[in-house]
Amino acid sequence: MSNIRLIARLDIKAPNLIKGIHLEGLRVIGDPNEYALKYYEAGADELVYMDIVASLYERNSLIDVVERTTQNIFIPITVGGGVRKLDDVKELLRAGADKIAINTAAISRPEFITEVARTFGSQCMVLSIEAQRNPSGVGWEAYTDNGREHTGRDVVEWAKQGVELGVGEILVTSVDHEGTRKGFDIDLVKQISEAVSVPVIASGGMGTMNHLTDLVDGARPNAIAMADILHYDRMTLEDIREEALKAGVPVRERVFDNTDR
Amino acid sequence: MTTLIVDYGRGNIQSVCRAIEQCGGEFILSSNPADLEKADRVILPGVGAFGDCANQLDQMDFIPAITDFVQSGKPFLGICVGMQILHTASEEFGDHQGLGYLPGKVRAIPNTDSGGKPHKIPHIGWASLEKPKGKGENYWDGTIMENVPDKAAVYFVHSFTAHPDNPEHRLADAYYNGRLIAAAVIHNNITGVQFHPEKSGTIGLRVISSFLKQEPHNV
Repeated sequence: MSNIRLIARLDIKAPNLIKGIHLEGLRVIGDPNEYALKYYEAGADELVYMDIVASLYERNSLIDVVERTTQNIFIPITVGGGVRKLDDVKELLRAGADKIAINTAAISRPEFITEVARTFGSQCMVLSIEAQRNPSGVGWEAYTDNGREHTGRDVVEWAKQGVELGVGEILVTSVDHEGTRKGFDIDLVKQISEAVSVPVIASGGMGTMNHLTDLVDGARPNAIAMADILHYDRMTLEDIREEALKAGVPVRERVFDNTDR
Repeated sequence: MTTLIVDYGRGNIQSVCRAIEQCGGEFILSSNPADLEKADRVILPGVGAFGDCANQLDQMDFIPAITDFVQSGKPFLGICVGMQILHTASEEFGDHQGLGYLPGKVRAIPNTDSGGKPHKIPHIGWASLEKPKGKGENYWDGTIMENVPDKAAVYFVHSFTAHPDNPEHRLADAYYNGRLIAAAVIHNNITGVQFHPEKSGTIGLRVISSFLKQEPHNV
């Protein structure tokens, strides 16, 4: 089996790394560059940067942060938040991002997905979906603005439409589970993953190692994003990787030898 | 010793530049084909669609300069689509001609795993590098792979993979759910990597460092 990627997710309110619960009640954690470097050195497979206020205030404050971080970090970085125009994508890629995560702009104008994929390649067009379970308990609705604005779109249908329009990867954040440390929304990840042909990154809810293994058993995501557990040092990425390997979860084995720095 | 990075508007060039700096190397970015003859080594990055990259190189008149450069015997490295394009042709969105330095075709990764079950395309993630079957312990000596420990993983993002006609051109292999990926290819002074050394952590930086130490090949 191919390796499941372990991704460190950093929510940014420039210039700070922040963390909330259900994407709200934001607390300042520290300097994103310091944390990013720490996660890189601990063997993160990838980083996700989300500017979680850009969408509200119509600005794009991530560029400086991305530019500084990517000076000394040599793993893929996905950046999202407030991306509205092709020029925004171009600027972020130039600043060092590899992939761009888009939510609001894709909801309001789905053709934007195709424009990004055509101009920069599907591989950099990540569809970011903020999912909340419907009050009926059946299905999920896609939200924007950190889970505040309804879109009326069914999450699984939206994921499928996104892939038809050129999305190369899907990042699904469970707003209900985000920041709660009570585990992932396994059913959500499973249904999306079974509905689309592209890789799926699961985000929101990791509090313990069991949450990760349950998610892998129940939904087989291609990648797992984690924030809280890392930012508050509840577990290190080294420990998570080691435990995952012990539990038989396919993750990259870091190979060292005596010439390693 | 200057490393020239071909800047033809395709590929994540900034990351390649930063990785070279990190390895203590010097580089110039150039969109002028005439600069190639002064360079000691050349890197051809590439992201996106094969046909689009090939057209763009052609439109900017890079192809004759690249051909002259590879014939000089100096070290040349293609990354991702820049590696695929070294082959004869690709089947991505119709047939497209490549540069043809390595006989072989670029084809879609099957959308099922080796057991016939559907799997995700593109292949995004870290896969272990290995020496092609039948190659000995020292096969990577003197190549850009020489400091890569066996089984070390690197980062891939692609939907297509090269199929070199000549098995001797395979430098490193990888597998995606049992499907064979040409991870690195080599032909004299020409090396190509499907993975992204600039995004593969310390292992990737070793690959770049080794490339920066490559000597011209006797022509």
